[in-house]
Amino acid sequence: MSAPVRVFVPKDAAASSLGADAVVRALVAATHERGVAVEIVRTGSRGMLWLEPLVEVETAQGRIAYGPVAPRDVASLLDAGLLSGGAHRLSHGVVDKMDWMVRQSRVTFARVGAIDPLSLSDYRAHGGLRGLERALRMSGADIVEAVKQSGLRGRGGAGFPTGVKWKTVLDAAAPQKYVVCNADEGDSGTFADRMLMEGDPFLLIEGMAIAGLAVGATKGYVYIRSEYPHAFRAMSDAIDVARKAGVLGASVLGCGRAFDMEARLGAGAYICGEETSLLESLEGKRGVVRAKPPLPALEGLFGKPTIVNNVLSLAAVPTIVADGAQAYAEYGVGRSRGTLPFQLAGNVKRGGLVELAFGATLRDVIEGFGGGTRSGRPIRAVQVGGPLGAYLPASQLDAPLDYEAFAAIGAMLGHGGIVVFDDTVDMAAQARFAFEFCAKESCGKCTPCRIGAVRGAETVGRIVAGIEREKNLVVLDDLNKLMTDASLCAMGGLTPMPVMSALRHFPEDFRRAPQRQAAE
Amino acid sequence: MAVAGWNEADAREIIARLAPIEGALLPILHALQDEFGYVDAAADEMIADALNISRAEVFGAIAFYHDFRRAPAGRRVVKICRAEACQANGCEQLITELRARHGLAPDETSNDRLTIETVYCLGNCALGPAALVDGELVARLDADRLAKICDGGSIEDAQVAAGASA
Ligand SMILES: Cc1cc2nc3c(=O)[nH]c(=O)nc-3n(C[C@H](O)[C@H](O)[C@H](O)COP(=O)(O)O)c2cc1C
Ligand code: SF4
Ligand code: FES
Repeated sequence: MSAPVRVFVPKDAAASSLGADAVVRALVAATHERGVAVEIVRTGSRGMLWLEPLVEVETAQGRIAYGPVAPRDVASLLDAGLLSGGAHRLSHGVVDKMDWMVRQSRVTFARVGAIDPLSLSDYRAHGGLRGLERALRMSGADIVEAVKQSGLRGRGGAGFPTGVKWKTVLDAAAPQKYVVCNADEGDSGTFADRMLMEGDPFLLIEGMAIAGLAVGATKGYVYIRSEYPHAFRAMSDAIDVARKAGVLGASVLGCGRAFDMEARLGAGAYICGEETSLLESLEGKRGVVRAKPPLPALEGLFGKPTIVNNVLSLAAVPTIVADGAQAYAEYGVGRSRGTLPFQLAGNVKRGGLVELAFGATLRDVIEGFGGGTRSGRPIRAVQVGGPLGAYLPASQLDAPLDYEAFAAIGAMLGHGGIVVFDDTVDMAAQARFAFEFCAKESCGKCTPCRIGAVRGAETVGRIVAGIEREKNLVVLDDLNKLMTDASLCAMGGLTPMPVMSALRHFPEDFRRAPQRQAAE
Repeated sequence: MAVAGWNEADAREIIARLAPIEGALLPILHALQDEFGYVDAAADEMIADALNISRAEVFGAIAFYHDFRRAPAGRRVVKICRAEACQANGCEQLITELRARHGLAPDETSNDRLTIETVYCLGNCALGPAALVDGELVARLDADRLAKICDGGSIEDAQVAAGASA
């Protein structure tokens, strides 16, 4: 009998949410019945989420993709010669040649969707561990310098230079230091951290191990939000595999130096994505934000010098160390170097993950990749950068996606989430929601945020209801200024961003004839 | 999710097993909730003793985090996303319909059969409205599929139906 044909089906939570597990069962049953041998490999997702469940078959030409596949399609696919890449209405040809894939710069996500996430040999065969092996032969200072030279800036939202942060931790003398990965990914419209942890967890492990070697930290934590049970399992399993293989432990790859790590689960609090709140939470306390200084780099977890970085920041490091800072810095524009995995979400026809060098435009992503709205109606607003990000009107779709260009239009890229709304959106309702969300998720430590958010929601309610509209618009403006200037952290400090952008770009939504129920 | 009722001996064992790790409080609370479906008030003092912190600190943490429950949830737990990307795909209309047609609502409905809660983002923002049902992710909810899920219907059927609705 010939070798079994390899068939790849994502195990990514988004693919599962569209029935991928049922497709696997149908495939197993149907091939068994027909007496053909297949080996089903569960992978991450390529990021073409609108095509999930996307099934790939290994052929001499490459992997042929079929999707979206439902269990009821399996018989006709097999009839059409699925296992030799046969033609079928669901076929998209060779996956690597698909438009969506060809037009990206997949650096961080190069392996996601291609490999078995828990196979270390797959990982190695696709270029994994080269960064760590190289780092073992470098001094800590040289690793930090490479990260600096790459121009990598924090992908969690604030865009702080990663190398500068690492240098601070490197220079701090302490018997114990930590590397903490922020995998709280609370921003609506973002799922890159989740997809990376599910699709290529060893990359994050490798990045954290390099960080540990660079600054002399022997222990790492990855703090994963509890809304991500699949990612938590994938990460925990991958850590076990890496430890058994000696990638983690008392002697990393036999180098004699230690680094080990653990996955920890959050508990449903948006504010725990803020780094000091996250550290409090890891220490076993309520996630109340700490005043800075001291910087976490100097007094972080349990008061020890700590690197806190987003998943994508740490996952960029192995490539930077393996291929050189210059190769990474060649992507991008201005002070935004490298690539960012953008996440295209909301009311969009083809939603998913698109990794691009900085400098592409919103329109490239939303229209070029996304194909416009799912509803087929015109785009009216786009929120970029999560719940604290600005709402942009359709007239600003040509804005280049880089940190400075976005700051210049009163917006931010944040973690790269792009949420599309069609013309049925009520922007006053969105502004009100921004305050309500802040009120619900505030840690409660400072007044401008705790009280201001509640006042803000009420004030928008009055404006919409037509109660002393002009006066309340002034109140709202003052409140926004106060929250921006006087909040301790960016939760309260940036909540005015979606609110003010909605007011600025969509003033008509705040000046409609009042509806009775809006005032409640 | 099959969960056992509260049992002090088992709780004590879980707490003792996890207490030595760094930052043990959240892992302990999660483990208790996984085991019993909620964190019984009787656990507060046991945890406080094991971790050498005050009962107020334990209580404060349980109150701070949305995840932890003080009473058992229903057999079916539906966490429905109401964040912006799911709003853009009509999650609020779904919820309005759920209330109007079935008298069910997030953060209000909780009985031994069904608990419905609000969450903000499940990382399925390209495929909303999304929900996490008994720990499994469901995409592209519509009123019909949401109602079936709330009625205890098959999660996999809802997933397959969402996949076929592309
Ligand atoms: C309210 C709030 C929520 C945040 N949520 C996240 C998050 O979910 N993930 C993340 O990486 N950073 C988040 N941040 C940013 C972190 O505080 C911090 O800047 C980041 O973890 C640093 O890592 P980086 O430099 O690699 O981006 C949040 C900040 C605030 C104020
Ligand atoms: S701004 Fe809000 S979340 Fe941040 S410290 Fe103040 S109260 Fe806490
Ligand atoms: S906004 Fe609903 S899943 Fe992200």
